[in-house]
Amino acid sequence: MSNRKINMKEKYRLLTRDLDWEYSYRDYKEVFPQQEFEGIKITDWSKWEDPFRLTMDAYWKYQAEKEKKLYAILDAFSQNNSQLNVTDARYVNAIKLFLTGISPGEHQAAMGFGQVGRQLGGVGARVACQMQAIDELRHVQTQIHAMSHYNKFFDGFQDFSHMHDRVWYLSVSKSFFDDARTAGPFEYMVAIGFSFEYVLTNLLFVPFMSGAAYNGDMATVTFGFSAQSDEARHMTLGLEIIKFLLEQHPDNLPIVQRWINKWFWRGTRMLSLVAMMMDYMLPNKVMSWQEAWEVYFEEAGGSLFKDLARYGIEMPDYAQTAIAEKEHISHQVWSMFYNYGHATAFHTWMPTEKEMDWLSEKYPNTFDKYYRPRFEKWREMEAAGERFYNPTLPMLCQTCQIPMGFTDMEDPTSIFYRQSEYDGERYNFCSDGCKDIFDHEPEKYVQAWLPVHQIYQGNCGGPSMEDVLGNYYKINLGVDNMDFHGSPDEERWNIWHNLQPAEDKLKQAS
Amino acid sequence: MSKAFIALQDNEESHYIVEAIEQDNPTATVIYQPAMIRIENEGRLVINRATVEEKMGRDWEIPALHVNLITLGGNVDEDDDQFSLTWKQ
Ligand SMILES: [Fe+2]
Ligand SMILES: [Fe+2]
Ligand SMILES: [Zn+2]
Repeated sequence: MSNRKINMKEKYRLLTRDLDWEYSYRDYKEVFPQQEFEGIKITDWSKWEDPFRLTMDAYWKYQAEKEKKLYAILDAFSQNNSQLNVTDARYVNAIKLFLTGISPGEHQAAMGFGQVGRQLGGVGARVACQMQAIDELRHVQTQIHAMSHYNKFFDGFQDFSHMHDRVWYLSVSKSFFDDARTAGPFEYMVAIGFSFEYVLTNLLFVPFMSGAAYNGDMATVTFGFSAQSDEARHMTLGLEIIKFLLEQHPDNLPIVQRWINKWFWRGTRMLSLVAMMMDYMLPNKVMSWQEAWEVYFEEAGGSLFKDLARYGIEMPDYAQTAIAEKEHISHQVWSMFYNYGHATAFHTWMPTEKEMDWLSEKYPNTFDKYYRPRFEKWREMEAAGERFYNPTLPMLCQTCQIPMGFTDMEDPTSIFYRQSEYDGERYNFCSDGCKDIFDHEPEKYVQAWLPVHQIYQGNCGGPSMEDVLGNYYKINLGVDNMDFHGSPDEERWNIWHNLQPAEDKLKQAS
Repeated sequence: MSKAFIALQDNEESHYIVEAIEQDNPTATVIYQPAMIRIENEGRLVINRATVEEKMGRDWEIPALHVNLITLGGNVDEDDDQFSLTWKQ
């Protein structure tokens, strides 16, 4: 009996059962006040089973090992000036968008799991949330460390935290996490733990990070895969929460299904930015957005939903719309950002001839028919010294906060548009998915901080573009924004590599 | 049938794990992509501690998998000797 080495299952049981206690002088409902208001019914927390059975000692041991590996590579990266080895300086713009748009979401996730973990009555679920909160904090820290190196050499990184709370396109990811964190604890778990982590983060971290490696960016692939090594555990937690809720009480099914529908749609809208990063911002391509979508949503997500069918869970509403959009979304979002390239803290550009050929090959049904002619026109305008910028402010979707630029999959040449009325006001939506979300909780979404409305209401520094973009957003005008061609980033890159811009070559030749 | 899968960072340690997976899951497919290795198998994929130890020539414990793990698909079950990913149908 003595000296018996306890096994993993037993250790995990001791951690997650034995550490809890009965609340003898406080009412249970006072200790966990948020557990019931969403309508979720929990009858027995002891049925919670975390398949990874990770104990605290093993957690610290392996997380420390991950950190040591990561920082060894980041040090080597900066000591060797490896920023010079990325494919070309356009690539760095994908990383700017990552740091400003995605990394703050890691911080939001850290706070979210900290808050929600406190509200769950089961100690197994609380321990898992605590570990995930620490993981997410690690992710944001390592991402900021990795990018602080890029900040020394490229424009647009300097005010990422200030920008996150203000800039129009960053409100897409900010509002996504704000929405989740202002929901109840179980909706948060289904939103972030299941719909985002299990169904969608692979699309963000796996093919994009493999692409970073293929573009010579060891820093990004290293923080990306280091973060992703925790994601496998997060995905498992997300799946466990779904199974647990569905096994606890049959009344939970319709609530959980509605959350899955909502957060799948919110997640796919947010990931349309990643679609454009993959197809347009990686000079060396690993796979197209469409291919990534097919492997990680249609195939992996398909298996997942088949497995969950035994609980009565179905594929999310509008999954078919999202599947049809895979051939369009990256081109449409890149068009939006190209249009508003004067209002972004990163550079945009038109693809080269070779890159357009790649897009034609990868998107045989859509690229030549709908997008290539427009892009070629824009390229001609640029060559004639009239690079196109859209001078108006876009109308935003009330739910996802993306400009209204997605088209109708029945007729891909016309913009999709829906409207709802609430309390005498009209609200606009990019899709049926976004409209459904609003219609279910209009009192929540009428409060959305929509960047364009805020500009018109005079809450963003003043009436002129300079006031908003320069003073309020803190974009260095003429430096961080506008086309990549002619940017200080491009100029420095050419000097470092003894490259000459094409125009200079022409001048010398004549 | 659904594919259970795992993706590992492409490094020395992972190469032994991949060898062990190939031996214990003869029908598995191994796909090499930049910086990562993805292994998939219909229905179920297992990693046995004993096989990995034999390939590495040293002690290895299942939670060490976390260090090189990128992503996975399937229901996880883990104990001291085996890690498995399964789709129930
Ligand atoms: Fe994360
Ligand atoms: Fe995560
Ligand atoms: Zn929308």
